[in-house]
Amino acid sequence: MAGSTSVEPFAELLAERYMTEHRASPPINVQGGGSSAGIQAALSGSAEIGMSSRWLKEEERGLETILIAWDAIAIIVHPSNPLSDLALNQIREIFTGRIENWASLGGGDRPITVMTREEGSGTRGAFEELVMGGERITPAALRQDSNGAVRVMVAGDPGAIGYISLAIVDERVKPLSIEGVFPSQEMVSGEAYGLVRPFLFLAGKEPQGLVKEFIDYVLSPSGQEILESEGLVRAE
Amino acid sequence: MFRERLIRYLLLLVAFSALGSLALITLFIFKEGLPLIVKVGLWRFIFGSDWSPSRGSFGILSMIIGSLWVTAGALIFGVPLGVAVAIFTAEFAPPALTAAVRPLIQLLAGIPSVIYGFVGLTVLIPRIQRYLGGPGPSALAGAMVLAVMILPTIVSISEDSIRAVPREYRDGALALGATQWQTIWRVVLPAARSGILTSVILGMGRAIGETMAVIMVVGNALAIPFSPLQSVTTLTSNIGLEMAYATGDHRRALFATGVVLFVIIMALSMSASVMSRGSARR
Repeated sequence: MAGSTSVEPFAELLAERYMTEHRASPPINVQGGGSSAGIQAALSGSAEIGMSSRWLKEEERGLETILIAWDAIAIIVHPSNPLSDLALNQIREIFTGRIENWASLGGGDRPITVMTREEGSGTRGAFEELVMGGERITPAALRQDSNGAVRVMVAGDPGAIGYISLAIVDERVKPLSIEGVFPSQEMVSGEAYGLVRPFLFLAGKEPQGLVKEFIDYVLSPSGQEILESEGLVRAE
Repeated sequence: MFRERLIRYLLLLVAFSALGSLALITLFIFKEGLPLIVKVGLWRFIFGSDWSPSRGSFGILSMIIGSLWVTAGALIFGVPLGVAVAIFTAEFAPPALTAAVRPLIQLLAGIPSVIYGFVGLTVLIPRIQRYLGGPGPSALAGAMVLAVMILPTIVSISEDSIRAVPREYRDGALALGATQWQTIWRVVLPAARSGILTSVILGMGRAIGETMAVIMVVGNALAIPFSPLQSVTTLTSNIGLEMAYATGDHRRALFATGVVLFVIIMALSMSASVMSRGSARR
């Protein structure tokens, strides 16, 4: 398996559980590389299962697309930030660099530090699509190369704002509600929270053998329960 | 006799394989990077200030400036400190102390760069943020971390060149009534100048090339910095940050950044070797 680094830790966990439950199973090898690389790997057959955190583009069709879970993107700030809610267009204004101080949003007088991911990241791709609406993220934004690094940087800067997968939000940072809707597993499955992306497995048409068994395991109630307990939202 | 010759050729082969891998790496970087430089145009690649690969815009000016800021800062902090340590261990310290200090400085070279980055991230950045302002991750943080990382290079080469100054120079100066400090400042340091300059240039090369520690502390913002408290991206940190997901022209642009780095480092190490040869002749 290869692909999205957002899906990778969950796939690793699932593979580990699967292998402990099926002792006779041959080992399942999970690698990162990013969504685009995962889709290419599945198309070329260099990986039996590709992982993607975005829907496929027109020219990438021809694969069995299996939705394994939904993941929300949470907008996070430092816990000391007095704000708890922003509108989608306010978030866009912050990330384009047009709003530069928390004071103009009703927070304290403190410059905003924008944290983003590097180009090519699936999380950044989803954020740009869901929030930016074709506008550019300011070049003044600090770039980090993983969800975890963004979380650490936001936790260390009282003026920071960033976006990470909801599944890895913890008490070190404060997730903001958007237009009154707080990012939680319930709100995502009720489709009230808008910043949501799919986690996909991609396989050749009509998967066979181990590939089929592993996918069935992931979609089974026990597989879905694992994903839910890790902070994702069930595929259905 | 036969064994002698066999071993000689074997060693020759090994020596050439090292050269060969250098040649292959060079070839590879240029093969991957040059087509993009040609496509974008050298001028626009180096002096373009906009880097957004997904929109087909490849300008690395902000990274070149970022590398310059961080490297210059590292030299400002690192060179006086390093040369001072070298003077102390070569001229003042009792032999027992020199024997203790020297391996400790060398030990700095053995610490993995990710550890330097981690210390910068957890110790330096919160303090810069609290006492000096700005977001914390900044050119200043990068410069301070790099200053420590280049110390072993500067100290060991400077110390060697100070020790290489002939005993008679010092005796002559002291005999003329100069104090020990006057002797060092007016006689020993000028005589060791080319060695010290070589150490600075090699330290500079180390600072420009460092990647991991820098990624962790500079924040990697793409805007051109106007203050040392602002976040910067360096040539190396951008390659390290983006390589994992880059494909097509984006990937080639990262190799092209590598070509620019390669040229800078080659120029630096060539000037270092010219300088040290100059001192040997004298």
